[in-house]
Amino acid sequence: MATAEIPYQETMPLHHPKTWIGKYVFSQDHKVIAVQYGITAIAVGLVALVLSDLMRIQIAWPGEMAWFVEDFYYQSITMHGMIMVIYLLTAFLLGAFGNFTVPLMCGARDMVFPFVNMLSYWVYLISVIILLLGYIPGLGGPTGAGWTLYPPQTITEGTPGADWGITTMLASLAVFIVAFTMGGLNYITTILQARTRGMSLMRMPLTVWGIFVATFLGLLAFPALFVSAVMMILDLKIGTSFFMPAIVSLGETLAYDGGQPLLFQHLFWFFGHPEVYIVALPAFGVVSDLISVHARKNIFGYRLMVWALVFIGILSFIVWAHHMFVAGMHPYFGFFFATTTLIIAVPTAIKVYNWILTLWKANIKLTVPMLYALSFVLTFIMGGITGLFLGNVIIDIPLSDTYFVVAHFHMVMGVSPILAIFGGIYHWYPKLTGRMLNDTVGKWHFWITFLGTYIIYFPMHYLGFIGVPRRYYENFDSSFYPQSAQDLNELISVTALFVGAAQLLYIGNLIWSYFYGKPAGDNPWGANSLEWCTPDTPPSHGNWGDKLPTVHRWAYDYSVPGAERDFIPQNVPQEQTA
Amino acid sequence: MAEAAHEESGPLTTIVNDWSSDVSTFKAVPWGKAMMWIFLLSDTFIFTSFLVSYMTVRMTSTDPWPEPSAVFALEFLGTPVPLLLIAIMTFILITSSGTMAMAVNMGYARRKKQVFWLMLATALLGASFVGMQAFEWTKLITGEGVKAWTNPMGSAQFGSFFFMITGFHGLHVSAGVVYLAIVAWRVLRGKYEHTNYEIVEITGLYWHFVDLVWVFIFAFFYLW
Repeated sequence: MATAEIPYQETMPLHHPKTWIGKYVFSQDHKVIAVQYGITAIAVGLVALVLSDLMRIQIAWPGEMAWFVEDFYYQSITMHGMIMVIYLLTAFLLGAFGNFTVPLMCGARDMVFPFVNMLSYWVYLISVIILLLGYIPGLGGPTGAGWTLYPPQTITEGTPGADWGITTMLASLAVFIVAFTMGGLNYITTILQARTRGMSLMRMPLTVWGIFVATFLGLLAFPALFVSAVMMILDLKIGTSFFMPAIVSLGETLAYDGGQPLLFQHLFWFFGHPEVYIVALPAFGVVSDLISVHARKNIFGYRLMVWALVFIGILSFIVWAHHMFVAGMHPYFGFFFATTTLIIAVPTAIKVYNWILTLWKANIKLTVPMLYALSFVLTFIMGGITGLFLGNVIIDIPLSDTYFVVAHFHMVMGVSPILAIFGGIYHWYPKLTGRMLNDTVGKWHFWITFLGTYIIYFPMHYLGFIGVPRRYYENFDSSFYPQSAQDLNELISVTALFVGAAQLLYIGNLIWSYFYGKPAGDNPWGANSLEWCTPDTPPSHGNWGDKLPTVHRWAYDYSVPGAERDFIPQNVPQEQTA
Repeated sequence: MAEAAHEESGPLTTIVNDWSSDVSTFKAVPWGKAMMWIFLLSDTFIFTSFLVSYMTVRMTSTDPWPEPSAVFALEFLGTPVPLLLIAIMTFILITSSGTMAMAVNMGYARRKKQVFWLMLATALLGASFVGMQAFEWTKLITGEGVKAWTNPMGSAQFGSFFFMITGFHGLHVSAGVVYLAIVAWRVLRGKYEHTNYEIVEITGLYWHFVDLVWVFIFAFFYLW
């Protein structure tokens, strides 16, 4: 391989701020931006967590909270879903992990365009603020249409927030997409064009690969959401009929005529399905690295892992209509989308087998990040297998809009990525702050969250099978459901409240350890990838001091026979280990 | 990864070598240019979504779709000439792509003055395109009574999609005019003396993209 001179990286003109504000507020340093993204995402995620607890209280003990009326319930569902998917998971995995790991793991001084990167965060913050403006009192509150925002009900009278709430929601999404595009262009260009000497694509850690493919998906999928948001705002504000057919609402014929409600569903899911993988692929990458580092063994089948990421990414664009099996689709159409959906199981299974084979006969250290990584694999298998049920048209139709679906997607794209995020934070926190997180608190948090997840979501599969519909404000005044179902619901709610409160442990841990945690040293986990080779911990502005590191090997040389230590960092030359 | 093995290289070997090499995948491509290409890829999906939505709704519309060559005709010397204005607008935009390409060429020759004037010409052609679009919109709205929400000649979606898509494209052209003007001014001031003038080519990429999108809008809206 030709290691010619480094074009820009070595001499990259870094912005060196003089003031405190320039360093920590309007910072162009990718690490600060990562922290800003992370804190904002966690803060808004806590809002969504509280909303879910309120909903659980209502489901288990209907009417106990007199002020939690139907409208609040539907608004909470919508906001919970949208915040968790977009403003927490997407923003955290790509905004926080992406910003932190990409330059460090590729051996760059920063993102290629730090100023655009900074703008990305601030525009993201604006989108969060616009979203929360939906809660301004007196304007009807946020939209209660469900996170899928299907027209016509989204913008017809009677749906909560059909005027103000949906406007803030759509505007916020459009602004978020602008923010994501600015960040995403940076991640991709940095990975493609600004790696260090010796860092070929096939030597990159899988975390970077996951973020790389997910960002591509985002750049190609978010346009469909952007377009549908624009069209729905026009339907709402100007009175066009893109999505609105001729319709009678509350006994009154509306002025709409000739639009296509199904078109929205296609556009939404053309974004919505890749979105699942925008969230999942970075989590795959993070988990691959955590498992390899903490099992002291090279990742099994690295090349297949990379290609599996790429194929999942490509396939995710041709499966979207499996979310619409009940929309009145032609059976051949359903057949096609069921087939493509099930094909995704192949690369996904390859990844799962490779994780398990990495663990096979490995020197497994049950550190807290490893616990999260292992629980990710388990949870992902659970959620993935129920995905096989829902991917088949004939099973999907009876299970559609029941709690089975709720259990499925929470397992596969809610809890799994969150576990990967917890593990990733735990893994990289020592590099970010120079201190370790507290292990005891970490383990308590892990076991409560992990076991709690299963107590919450396992019974939901059963509830779905007996036909309990999701999104209902009140189910159990009907004698159709057995008392046991209601008892299960109470169990779920109690656990959910408990697990929700337990998240404070993690946040407390993050804050406490920042001041009092055990000093971490440069490489507490004995990991190989470049971020552990920085001259300073935490890495200083520009990351690498005077000279960029040179990469001589892949990131997975663990327990190499004959080597003096059980890991060989990527910047160690071959001749030093022969 | 031996260097000697790749000496005799066809195009395929070159591609494989580039993708398996370190540092950068696209050799000698500046960061900004790579970023612009990726942005344009993303933007392509926006326009594709708009146009596919348009086709879907047009095909399922229950009201008759107006005849474009009649709607977009212009009175010339007493006879209505179909698509006259659009033909002129398209011609102008294509011409501006030509002046842009010349500017890029002059940029790599480091001839600042020529770059400035050619980019300014491109921007002016772009501005005149937007001006004619405003004229066309005015004619449709006040003359024919087509609004975004209604259309006396048939399907209301005709107006909705027309104003939305040409408007979105017009915004792209307007942004491009501003972008071109800023870069042209900075070129003249010598802000890019220390570079290879790749910024001119990056601006050009955006501009050619906007022109290319217009070709598709033209085909789908005016010729279908």
